[in-house]
Amino acid sequence: MVLNNIENLLEKYENGETSLKEEQVLKNYFSSDTVAPHLEMYKPMFAYFLGNQQEQFTKDVPLKTKRIFNYKWLSVAAVAVLMLGVYFKDPVAASYNEYAYGTYDKPEEALNEVTKSLEMISQSFNKGTSTVGYLNEVNKGTSTLGYLNEIENTTSIIFKTN
Amino acid sequence: MTQTEFLKIVMPFKDKVFRLAKRLLISTEEAEDATQEILLKLWNNKKKIAEYKNVEAFSMTMTKNFCFDKLKSKQAQNLKIVHSNYEEKGTPLQKQVELNDSVNWVAKIIEELPEQQRMIIQLRDIEEYDYDEIAKMLNMNNTAVRVNLSRARKAIREKLTNTHNYGIK
Repeated sequence: MVLNNIENLLEKYENGETSLKEEQVLKNYFSSDTVAPHLEMYKPMFAYFLGNQQEQFTKDVPLKTKRIFNYKWLSVAAVAVLMLGVYFKDPVAASYNEYAYGTYDKPEEALNEVTKSLEMISQSFNKGTSTVGYLNEVNKGTSTLGYLNEIENTTSIIFKTN
Repeated sequence: MTQTEFLKIVMPFKDKVFRLAKRLLISTEEAEDATQEILLKLWNNKKKIAEYKNVEAFSMTMTKNFCFDKLKSKQAQNLKIVHSNYEEKGTPLQKQVELNDSVNWVAKIIEELPEQQRMIIQLRDIEEYDYDEIAKMLNMNNTAVRVNLSRARKAIREKLTNTHNYGIK
């Protein structure tokens, strides 16, 4: 009965009609010790199939994670450097400007400061004009020089008569 | 995708890839190189792996194509010379040797089959894929797979019967 079944299966097997389960039955049958003598020649075939399933790939595969250089980050870094450069641009000039144009938060403060500095300017201006007063003396001097003309007039008269 | 994730996907079928490559290329070293190459290709395209419906079937198809390319290339010429040099003569003396030898015979018989049939025998009888999967891997239709399989099985049986009865009948 079993043998009959196996023979049927073998026929189906050769026609490519067996299912995987039926093929498993055949493989099991032929790997057992009780194989009918007239089917003996199938034995090495199924033994070979079963033996081949065990073969393994043992070689190592070098899986390298490729580090792709990202140019995006390079540009980000460049922009960052640029920004820092702008931020820290010429510190001397920046501090000088701060002193030159001091700003005030409150208008009264600003007014005070302005009047203070304007007063300072007017004081020094007055100092300047007071010294200019000496120029009058010079004018006086020059006016007295006018008498010299009188002397010249008289001497010319004298020499004409000669 | 990390290396461990990749290995988790690849591990179950890497041996199948190797065996199919060996079936086609015959030499173990060649098959190892081919398998390595295929796994590296998969690794390099790991971003696309998620898009594949069936990574295993895809890899098997890749293996088939890769091996065909190898066989067509010049390197294969050397391979052919090497393996046609190999001819086993001499009759086995002991029973144990005989059984081993008849298993070797099967290997030799399969080697002599056309590539198509060899692949189908490999995928069906050794790797135990179902017909639809094989058809998809080899880009054939279901019936063609069955027909080729049937031919291959009959050829193996015939040759085995001949060797088995050699000297008896």
